[in-house]
Amino acid sequence: MSHAGTLPWFAQHEVRLAWRDWLSMMTAGRRGRERIVAVLLVLFVVFAHLLAYYFVGRYVNVGTEPDKPALVVITGTALLSWSLLCSQAMESVTRAFYARSDFELILSSPVAVRKLFAVRIGAMALSVILMAMLLAAPLIDVLALRGGVRWLAAYGVVVAMGATAAALAVAMTVALFRTIGPKRTRLAAQIVAAVIAAVFIIGLQVAAILSQGTLSRLVFLESDTLVALVPDIDSLVWWPARAALGDLKALAVVLGASLALLGAAIVVFSGRFGEHAIAAAGVAHSGARQRTPSGFRRASAMRALRQKEWTLLRRDPWLVSQTLMQLLYLLPPALLLWRSYGEGTGTLVVLVPVLVMAAGQLAGGLAWLAISGEDAPDLVATAPVLASNIVRAKVEAVLGCIAVVFAPFVVALAFLSLYGAIVTACGVLAATAAATGIQFWFRKQATRRYFRHRQTASRFATFAEAFSSISWAAAAALAAGGTWLAAFPGAIAIGILAGARWMSPHKLS
Amino acid sequence: MTVIPSALEIRGLVKCFDRPAVDGLDLTVRTGEFYTLLGPNGAGKTTTLRMVAGLLRPDKGSIHIAGIDALADPVSAKRILAWVSDEPMIYDKLTPYEYLEFVAGLWALDTAVAEARARELIGWLGLGGQAHERCEGFSKGMRQKVALAGALVHDPQVIILDEPLTGLDAGSARQVKTVLRERVAAGGTVIMTTHILEVAERMADRVGIIAGGKLIAEGTLDELRRQAGNSQTSLEDTFLTLVAEQAVAA
Repeated sequence: MSHAGTLPWFAQHEVRLAWRDWLSMMTAGRRGRERIVAVLLVLFVVFAHLLAYYFVGRYVNVGTEPDKPALVVITGTALLSWSLLCSQAMESVTRAFYARSDFELILSSPVAVRKLFAVRIGAMALSVILMAMLLAAPLIDVLALRGGVRWLAAYGVVVAMGATAAALAVAMTVALFRTIGPKRTRLAAQIVAAVIAAVFIIGLQVAAILSQGTLSRLVFLESDTLVALVPDIDSLVWWPARAALGDLKALAVVLGASLALLGAAIVVFSGRFGEHAIAAAGVAHSGARQRTPSGFRRASAMRALRQKEWTLLRRDPWLVSQTLMQLLYLLPPALLLWRSYGEGTGTLVVLVPVLVMAAGQLAGGLAWLAISGEDAPDLVATAPVLASNIVRAKVEAVLGCIAVVFAPFVVALAFLSLYGAIVTACGVLAATAAATGIQFWFRKQATRRYFRHRQTASRFATFAEAFSSISWAAAAALAAGGTWLAAFPGAIAIGILAGARWMSPHKLS
Repeated sequence: MTVIPSALEIRGLVKCFDRPAVDGLDLTVRTGEFYTLLGPNGAGKTTTLRMVAGLLRPDKGSIHIAGIDALADPVSAKRILAWVSDEPMIYDKLTPYEYLEFVAGLWALDTAVAEARARELIGWLGLGGQAHERCEGFSKGMRQKVALAGALVHDPQVIILDEPLTGLDAGSARQVKTVLRERVAAGGTVIMTTHILEVAERMADRVGIIAGGKLIAEGTLDELRRQAGNSQTSLEDTFLTLVAEQAVAA
């Protein structure tokens, strides 16, 4: 047992908390599910390795002296993953600042808080690294198995990516605190995190569309245009890629530099972490003043409910940012649509599923907010309105939002192909209805602030929603291509819905 | 002669979770009465009131609110009922004015009448300065006042409150008590749970004591004292004596 107040003692405390948090997230807080979760994890690992076996085959034989296109692809993919890691790290750091759970206890205790926050920043970095390793492990394992142990060096690059992402996230969050203050930092950090994640992916897609006329990032990364533009093969830029390929000198430099960066971030920022945490905890949320209305508007109960949902959504910048981030991913398809005018209907097969998939995902989030995320459930439940009418009004609110977002796309598509527009409209409607239905069947009362945790409330609902959207997107793509094979993914989507209905806890109770 | 139905009539009410929370409860609250329900933690007070408000479905029994069968016709029952919980659940992103407008919409009130009543309540509860400010920065007391205004804006015949004074400062608590007494004076019925026995002692016309999901004693303060066997004691002593007797009997 470590002495109280020492670094190992704090580390032990952090590890215990992190483990229990993770376990609670995986088991949705239900005891006795650990064994099922373990079995599912093993199945996931096996499945991920099989998938990796299929995808990475072409890179197995890339040697330690690779050509420029291979370096571009590896570096591009690493940068993509790194942007996602930065986003995740930034979320973790922001959460740590604003979670008041134990700050008051720690800061009022007679221990050197610097030590605790040093451990806490280290723990955040470790969680980012572990997550990255978990996702990268199947690819690296398969490459090592088929191409030799030199590929295991890629783990070192993953550690370096996680460490730099964590260091950068801490520095950026502290910089936001100092420049715009604790009150605005929370929202700003969340937006920055989402933008970091989206910008690189979308940027690559936009570049791919403009240069190659495709949504595929890989085609762009392998293109001659890009390969001609990037630095020469002996540039330092390619050292992380070379390290991943087993160049030990490059690995030592990349890993050493990134760990030094993380260490510096811990030393520099751990002292100020507590100071900023106190500032964050002291933020008083003074309510914004609204325009004085001229009077009550005449409204039926249904209209009042719909209006309320739209007002709450509009006024919650965090929810709006989360929603808009999903829409950001629609920009590349929109660009592709714009470029495709007069070029036939071949792009429909690419565009339609993206729109349908996005509609399903957006509808899932909105439906959770409307159906489960009710801040005044007692008020609504004690109102003299039939429960079915309450649900109907909330579903209509969701459909209204989806219509506002996707109608312009459908109208624009109609100029390209009327048939394509009809297929898209049907697909969007089906994916929206399915996501809303799943959210209704697996509804679990919570306040809107738990929006982030909605996916942990029911793993089944989360997977059903995702697979339903994918199936509707596939059906719409095939239908857009004019083949009757669309019936197959359509049938799968209906099967998923039937399964979700059957598994619904509200049906069983 | 017209018979005025009881504000609340509960017969044989049963609700079980892992164990019986409410166990064959019978309870009658007269119209125009301030009725306080007391009981130790886990006695079944909140569960009972949540069933009355339509938030929980009973396993057995009947509930009539002003003569309306609340289980057979919940919408009609809810029209004349208001519920205020101990944890005020309001919308952070709405202003008190907008919250009351939303409630008016849910109860399908005439807009002119509802607006006038809302303005009156906002002034009455001292929320005038914050009427157009979002509720997200409000203290618990202010949130409770907004919730109370929401309960009163549709002019309910019966108001049910679960621990409405928890966490309120002395000034806010007095305002809430005054508002509730005025409702009763105007012919309304108030049913309230509380752990603050002094409040029950000073405000209630009648007090009911629940323990183990059953009504173990009921009446005015004097009647309860007689049941406890000592006419000089405080409500606190009376309450503790009756609950202890029930625990021994159980």
